[in-house]
Amino acid sequence: MKGLKFIIAGILFGIVMSKSEAISWYRIQEMFRFQSFHMYGIIGTAVVLGTIITYLIKKYNLRDYQGNPIVFKPKEKSVARYLIGGTIFGLGWALTGACPGPLFVNLGHGFWAFLLVIAGAIVGTFTYGVVKDRLPH
Amino acid sequence: MIEFISQPWPWYVSGAVIAFVMMILLFFGKSFGFSSNLRVICAACGAGKKVKFFDFDWRAQTWNLLFLVGAIVGGFVASEFLSTGEAVQISQATIQDLSQLGISAPESLQPDEVFSLESLLTVKGFLILLLGGFMIGFGSRYAGGCTSGHAISGISNLQLPSLIAVIGFFIGGLITTWVLLPLIF
Repeated sequence: MKGLKFIIAGILFGIVMSKSEAISWYRIQEMFRFQSFHMYGIIGTAVVLGTIITYLIKKYNLRDYQGNPIVFKPKEKSVARYLIGGTIFGLGWALTGACPGPLFVNLGHGFWAFLLVIAGAIVGTFTYGVVKDRLPH
Repeated sequence: MIEFISQPWPWYVSGAVIAFVMMILLFFGKSFGFSSNLRVICAACGAGKKVKFFDFDWRAQTWNLLFLVGAIVGGFVASEFLSTGEAVQISQATIQDLSQLGISAPESLQPDEVFSLESLLTVKGFLILLLGGFMIGFGSRYAGGCTSGHAISGISNLQLPSLIAVIGFFIGGLITTWVLLPLIF
């Protein structure tokens, strides 16, 4: 089954986000209050290693498992959409203590209240699609 | 072994595993970005018939939905088999700050004051979760990504837009933490 590897990658992601407590509302509060290094350590380590991995893939033109080149799409240049969109995202992140991945990992823990947050996130995404052309980008 | 991995994992282990997840997705020919799934879900529900933004070949993104299913399973496995059921070990300073808002010290991963069924069934509790989710969905699509797509994948690729987005994440997070939460709780 070709899809199995993505499920396994997702399981690994779900476990690591749980075991490092990064899916906890408390940890996100602690981060936004600058009262612990924990979350900064997680994101920082991932970014430092991620930068090295990305650099090596580009430097040696590494290919994926099917032999296709691994391409990195540069993000469109803009300030408004990233700053405004990012700020709106951050408001919700701190309120619910979860970003999109942890919303679903929390479901696996049986925190059913996250179904409501997910419903909100889907409606929010849909609303963005509707009003997109009227927003500054 | 199970006992060992049932302890909370230190930040450097977690950060390394997250980078590893990003790397294997790249070698699978994909990229690490979770919030795209929300757009895919809208498209799969038929939103593309009415709204152009959702009119794309969402089936090509099935892999990411499988990753999402895996994330749920991973959460289940962690809570059922790899957990000691301990409270989150947050700092004393945070516990004190939160108690001033009326939120009790951790007894598990999540505070009852926000996520219990009782809070969910109050108008305030319902709106916090619904509007919080709305802003996550709206904001991540507006910014073109969330923590995985911008903070991890984007910054690892030295993208200035991703750095701007992450600055935005923090502006929003700090406003909620220091301004909104004291007003709400």
